[in-house]
Amino acid sequence: MSTIIDSGTGVETPEGATAPVRGRRRGSVLRLWLPMAWVALVFAAALLADWLPIPPPNRMDFAAVEQGPSKAHLLGTDLDGRDLLSRLAHGARVSLTVSLVAPAIGLLGGSLFGLLAAYYAGALRVAILAVTDAMLAFPSLVFALGLTAVLGPSLRNVTIALGIMSIPAFARIARANALPLISREFVLAARTAGASDAYIMGREILPNMVMVLLTYALTMMSIMIVAEGSLSFLGVGVRPPTPSWGGMIAEGREALERVPHASLIPAAVMFLTVLSLNLIGDHLRQRHEAKAGGLS
Amino acid sequence: MKRFISRHANQFARRGGHVAIVVTLLAVGTFLMLELLPGNLADSLLGENSTPEELARIEADLGLDRPMGERFGLWTWNALQGDLGRSPLTGEEVAHSIATRLPVSIELMVLAQFLALLIALPLGVLAGYREGSRVDSAISSAAFGVLSVPHFVLGIVLILVFAIALDWFPATGFRPLSDGLGPNLASMFLPALTLALVEAPVYLRLLRSDIATTLREEFVTVARAKGLSDFQVLVRHALRPSSFSLITVMGINVGHLIGGAVIIETLFALPGVGRLLIESITRRDFLTLQGVVLFIGVSFVVVNLLVDALYAVLDPRIGARGRR
Repeated sequence: MSTIIDSGTGVETPEGATAPVRGRRRGSVLRLWLPMAWVALVFAAALLADWLPIPPPNRMDFAAVEQGPSKAHLLGTDLDGRDLLSRLAHGARVSLTVSLVAPAIGLLGGSLFGLLAAYYAGALRVAILAVTDAMLAFPSLVFALGLTAVLGPSLRNVTIALGIMSIPAFARIARANALPLISREFVLAARTAGASDAYIMGREILPNMVMVLLTYALTMMSIMIVAEGSLSFLGVGVRPPTPSWGGMIAEGREALERVPHASLIPAAVMFLTVLSLNLIGDHLRQRHEAKAGGLS
Repeated sequence: MKRFISRHANQFARRGGHVAIVVTLLAVGTFLMLELLPGNLADSLLGENSTPEELARIEADLGLDRPMGERFGLWTWNALQGDLGRSPLTGEEVAHSIATRLPVSIELMVLAQFLALLIALPLGVLAGYREGSRVDSAISSAAFGVLSVPHFVLGIVLILVFAIALDWFPATGFRPLSDGLGPNLASMFLPALTLALVEAPVYLRLLRSDIATTLREEFVTVARAKGLSDFQVLVRHALRPSSFSLITVMGINVGHLIGGAVIIETLFALPGVGRLLIESITRRDFLTLQGVVLFIGVSFVVVNLLVDALYAVLDPRIGARGRR
């Protein structure tokens, strides 16, 4: 079931037909394995944050405020004397939670609505398309800001808000990929055999587009990390003192001139994580030639 | 023009209907945003130590004691007339707060788009012209890298370099146009550059692939055979068709630009609409928040409509819905 059908023509695209061959192998260390290693490192740090030999993320060491890297604090301390490495590791939990759960919400909701809008004509389709269009007709960050403000700032609510925000884009991709499948022989065969609508959607159509959706979910991971970072940076995301990368950058902004590293180190970590995810996603996209719509 | 309108009347009507549905849903959504608020507006105004009498008085003041349908009707009617209510916290009319802050946001976004094109055009054309070369891969890799930098990270780096290390431009301290164009532009430069650098890679990548594809076309070979210089071929035959897709992408990108402006205005302390949005959230001034969100949503729809119209005017082959 790993064949990807080109949503526009229904023709299987030969792998690597358009991708340049030159330098592919040479670049794969830089473009794939190094990013994978970094993402693995971030995951490990997030999972093991409580057991690593680092101070608790919220312990203020007033004897070591605004210090550069040292033996006691490997990456230095922030404005309140809190250990940056520890806060980064705990902040990775926030970033990774959001970047895993929010696209999952979008994937589930989007596939459901996209499938329904592709399969059924009439009022249901009109309603789904109208609502997704209205949601897409909204700057996504403003949408997430408004929703988080209403729900109240917390990790759970930020995740829910960003998840809902991503549903329309997933729905569009799901619908675009489901439409050409619906008229295919195997769907007709299943229908003739008396299969229920739910069975056809879940067992015949969905498996044929799941790779496209998963690839898109992967590209959404980095978008979600940036979105969560933006919300926390704006003070609307995860509440302090819970460490989050965006929040750390915002706190460091207050004293950029005196202690640039308090802002720059979390900024660099965030950049490397987003870049790594983008590189991995780019690699997968080129391999699968998956069609993915944009989310502005 | 008359013929043009009659030919497109059908499409415009369909598009108009579409826009009407989207705007209606936007209004319902924004209205419901406050309704769904845990506790209501009066609660959030009074805080926790309020008596039931105070609560009832404020609810009556704000009209919260009337049924929801009636309030939605009234709210929509007022919004249509440009009245978004008066913030109970600051006493300022919401529409007025938006109007006074709008010029800053528009200036920021226009400057950013201009700078983004200024960066993307030469680099994108160069990369497309020399597709596959070292210059191309350097430019393309840089664009890919910059795409992975969040707004606020880029802004902080620019502040560190240009405001703190080099001291060329101020990091904060907005100067209005009434202080003179020079000081105004100086205070807007870093914010606009940050926003531009985030948008530029999108345009650059588009231009690069567009130009590279066009240069492989037969008519380009013909133009070259006619003796046109590379520069003339690029400008006349490659850049002009690319401008259509550029306009489309710029339109699609407006949403991203608005989101970016919210972050940039907060980072650089610019008194724009985005900052008003964040202030209203942190102050829990939900009436202002509601007005600003509705305003941004509707402006976004209008901008997209304008881009579509512009597109239909520029390219007669493509109707109002052609870009989807």
